[in-house]
Formats: sequence, C-alpha cells, structure tokens
Amino acid sequence: MESLGVLLTYPQFPYLEQELLRRGCHLLRLYDSPKNDQFTFLHANASSIRAVIGDTHVGADAAMIDVLPDLEIVASFSVGLDKVDLVKCKERGIRVTNTPDVLTDDVADLAIGLAIAVLRKIPAADRFVRSSAWKKGGYPLTTKFSGKKVGILGLGRIGLAIAKQAEAFNCPISYNSRSEKPHPNYKYYPTPLDLASNCEVLVVSCALTNETRLIVNRAIIDALGPQGVLINIGRGPHVDEAELVSALVEGRLGGAGLDVFENEPNVPEEFFWLDNVVMTPHVGSDTVETSKAMADLVIANLEAHVMGRPLLTPVL
Amino acid sequence: MMNSSPSPTASGSGCTTTSSDESPPLDRPPLLVLRSLSDAWSLALSAKFTIIPPSSPLSTSTHAVLVSGAVNRVNSTLLDQYPSLRCVVTTSAGVNHIDLEECRRRGVLVANVGETYSKDVADYAVGLLIDAFRRITMSDRYLRNGFWVTRGDYPLGSKLGGKRVGIVGLGSIGSAIAKRLEAFGCKISYLSRKPKPTANYKYVPNIIDLATESDVLVVSCSLTKETHHIINKQVLQALGKEGIIINIGRGAHIDEPELVRSLVQGEIKGVGLDVFENEPNVPKEMFEMENVVLTPHQAVFTPEALSDVIQICIANFEAFFAGKPLLTPVIYS
Repeated sequence: MESLGVLLTYPQFPYLEQELLRRGCHLLRLYDSPKNDQFTFLHANASSIRAVIGDTHVGADAAMIDVLPDLEIVASFSVGLDKVDLVKCKERGIRVTNTPDVLTDDVADLAIGLAIAVLRKIPAADRFVRSSAWKKGGYPLTTKFSGKKVGILGLGRIGLAIAKQAEAFNCPISYNSRSEKPHPNYKYYPTPLDLASNCEVLVVSCALTNETRLIVNRAIIDALGPQGVLINIGRGPHVDEAELVSALVEGRLGGAGLDVFENEPNVPEEFFWLDNVVMTPHVGSDTVETSKAMADLVIANLEAHVMGRPLLTPVL
Repeated sequence: MMNSSPSPTASGSGCTTTSSDESPPLDRPPLLVLRSLSDAWSLALSAKFTIIPPSSPLSTSTHAVLVSGAVNRVNSTLLDQYPSLRCVVTTSAGVNHIDLEECRRRGVLVANVGETYSKDVADYAVGLLIDAFRRITMSDRYLRNGFWVTRGDYPLGSKLGGKRVGIVGLGSIGSAIAKRLEAFGCKISYLSRKPKPTANYKYVPNIIDLATESDVLVVSCSLTKETHHIINKQVLQALGKEGIIINIGRGAHIDEPELVRSLVQGEIKGVGLDVFENEPNVPKEMFEMENVVLTPHQAVFTPEALSDVIQICIANFEAFFAGKPLLTPVIYS
C-alpha cells in the first residue's frame, strides 16, 4: 500500500489513520478543508487519489466521483451504502467495499438496549434520580419488555441478530422482508403495515434504498399505536420524522428509541421534552472493539485491491 | 388504601371488612392483612377473602396473613401476637424479613412470589448493563444538551460480545439474567452458596476470584448477613479499572462509600445501580458522574408484574385454604 493516495472523507477512528500511515499510505483529509473549499481541494489533489474511505457521514457521491479520475476503490467504513453512488461507481468500474458482519452484533445489542431503555424508561429514571425528585416520591410504573411482540423490518444479518437476542426475552418474533426467509419460528408478514399492526415493538433494520425511504410513515405509526414502540437503528430517512414527532407529542405512539435521524446531528427539539423517547447519536457500531474490526476490514480490502487479490467484502 | 375502620359486610361483592361480631362467610375465608392495600389489591382480595385488619378481634383467630417485604417483620413477636397463623404469604421474592426457622418451629407455612418478578428484574439488569457498556443514558443526555451539534460525535462505547459476566447469586433472577446475556455472546460465570448442577455456566467459589475473572459483576443474590457488603474494597480492586458493576439486588450488597471513592478515583469503569444503601438518598457525588446510571429501585415495577404478584398471592392462599400445597413455598434450608 506504499504511497497509495487515500482520501478520508470524515475524521476516523485514530487507529485507522495510524494503520494507513504505517503502511505508507498518503492520506488526504477532506474534512480539513471548509465545506465550500472542498471541491478546490479535490481538484488540486485529484491525481493522487486512488482510494476513498467514506462513512455514514460523508460517502462518495456522483459529484465527488466525477472529480476524481484516478479513483479505483471506495472502501466504506460502514455496512450501509446509501451515501455511495453505486450506479456511478459501476459506470466507472470503481470497486466498492463495506464492513458487514463485524458490526452486526453491536447494532443488534443497541437495538435491544434501546427497546429496554424506552419501555422501562431507564434514561428518564436516571434524570429523575439526578434531579432529586426521588426524595419526593416514586417513579411511575413502566411496561415489561419480556414477552413483547417484536416486529423486524428487514431480516438481514442485523435483523436476524436482533431476533435471536429478543428470543432470549421470550419475545415472539415477526418480520417483513422483500421475501419470506427460511425461519419457521419467525412469523412473516407480507407488508410493513401488516407487521406494524401485529407487533408491539417495531425495529427498522433494513438497508436504505429508494424502496425503503420513508417506509415508516403515518400509516405504520398509527398501526403501532399508543402502546407501540418504534426502534430505528437503520437510517433516519427510513422514517417520516415529522409524522413521528407529532405522533409522539400527541401520544398516538407509545415511544421511540432512535439511533438515527433525518438530519444528523440535528434532532427534533420536541424529543427533549419526552420521557418515552431515547436517543443515541448514531452509535450503532461505535465500540472500540468494533471500530478496530471495521478499520482492519477496510485496510484488508484496500491491501487486497492494491495486491490484485480478491476483495474481502466487495459490493461492486 | 386499606380500610381502617370495620364496616358491615356487604351482601354481594365489594368491601368485606367485617364488623366486630360477624363471622366471615365460608366462601370468603378470613385473611389478615398487615400492609396497606392499593385498590387493585383490595378488589382482587375482597373477591376471594374477607380482609381482616390488625385492629379486628378476629385477627387473633385468623390462619393466613399477607405481609410486605418492605414494612412487616415476621418474627416471634408477630407470631405470638397472631397465634392462629398457619400460613404467611409475602408479596416479595426476598424473605429476609421472615424468621423462617421460627415459622418452621411453629408449623407455619411460608410462600413468597416465586419467580414472578424475575423476568422484569432480569430485563432491567440487562438494560442497565447494555446502558453501561454502550452509554445509552449518557449519550441520550449528551444529545438533549445539544452537544452532538456543538461537540461532535460521542466517545466510543464497549462491545458486549465476549465480555465476561460474573453473576453474584444464580437464583431465579440470576438465571434469567444469564439466559439473556448468553444471547449477546457474553461469557457467564457465577457465585452461589453451592454450585448449581443444572447451570451450564462456570462456577467460581469466591467473590474475589469472580471479580478478578470478570469484566462486569451483576449482583442478584438475596440480602443476608453473608452477602451484606459482598462488594467491598477488595472486590472493587479485583474487578479493576475496566470493570463495571450492575446492582439490582439491595443497596446494602455494596459498600457504597467505597464504591463512590472508587468511581471518583477512576478505579472502576462504571456502574448501573437500581438500589442504594439509604434510598431515596443517592450519594451526591454520583450526580456529577458520566459513567453511572442511577434508577430509583424500579426493576420490579411493571403493571404486568404487579398484576401477576396479586394473582400468585391469591393462588397461594386458595391452595392453603383448600388444604393443597402452596404454589410458591419458601423452602427452609
């Protein structure tokens, strides 16, 4: 990987940068330029850039790809590829890799953690204690998690991991997916609306595509209802956020656990007043262990590319 | 709330606290109740039993009593006061308020609520554990303070998979916790008075070894003389700087001042606590800490558990009055 020109689109886990530098890569940091200067930066360095490492914040869109004539590979520090223009990459013959499997468990763990946190109101209870309100009286009852009907939108790797964990809590599992999967223990529903009408905790864990954009709309939210809870560990654009806000504010939805938002890092302010909403700042795979594993996978893919060997986790 | 003054027995359903001279109807045997009752309790009990308050002269001839773990002590004094008692049902899982030996000596049967609370407490323990590792409460607070916009991404958390969990007390709650955490890829060890032959986890015979070999300790045993301050300075040191403690047992399981000191000094990584030594007081130093999750003794309090507890207590009394074995008897050991 000696002298491979790598564009980093967003500040990364320090270990990733260190390892790239250790291998002799020439690192270019897009985020060191102010936003309105970034194209100047790209033009100036275009002939050096053979690889782009993008992530969920900034990927590789058509405009960027057009400006980089020598780009050979986009190695995304994520499993989701909604920020990479795959059509453009395919046209140009640019390879694309992502980081599946290594982050599956972390994301699933967070989904379950958010579900318990919302149903049992753990962050709200923590605020209650810290405000000294406990001295004046107890905290209200919160509903049981074990045994709740869990509905999973998208039974891919992450959805399956969530199902397996929820089963340990005796939760009956149902799902909707593009097609029925060979899991006889899990009930398949042919539409997201059927699924939402028949579960108590709905988890969004599908990829973001044109078909799944706004998959959680008003009808789904209404079907979940005042006792229902939405957990989103997919992408913000999966959910009609304005509808979600009004449903929660009006009490038409029981609660929400959200790791992703339409316009990160901005979050609807209305959520700050709600005890039945738990929010995390897109930390689905943000553990030290998984970040290292993702970094190792990104580097392994780049190395394989440079050596002319098969990529480990190619998408294109 | 319990009626404090007796009133005439209603002919139908409804309040059936007796007046001084009336005998309870045969189909609604008398039940001495020594704790205050919510409406849900009153309604459910009155449908099956005649509630006898401690002030009633019938209290000394009543055979069955409902007590609470929080407010009643079942000891010689109480058993002398109500000499006809043959069956005690407590609305708790814990029985450290009951002198079991004294009950056994007098031939008094005791029942608790068995595993009724276990799932909710286990869920809460797992919720606190995931929270501590993945910083859910902390990052929710970070977001609510607007820091995601002004300060950028939140620092990385810690993966659950592969972490070594040491469960202190593998009873019904501890087992339910272990079953859940296995699904997250955690490695389970446990400490118990004796090894459990049916448990598929590693038994560790003492708390120091358990702490040394664990990334996180979950306290889920009953509170006894032996387990008072079972988490003490030596255990905290053995657990170490990367260690996490989750307590859904009793505040007195942990030497709280020592815990606070360890946290202030950065000698352990973090805690999730549902119980404290002097509730509702919580050490003020903890309010400033980023790496602690504090909840107000909530683990059992779901409407589902409370409803199930009423049902199991009633079922135990019904069994007693029918001469059948109690459903969730406490085994004297």
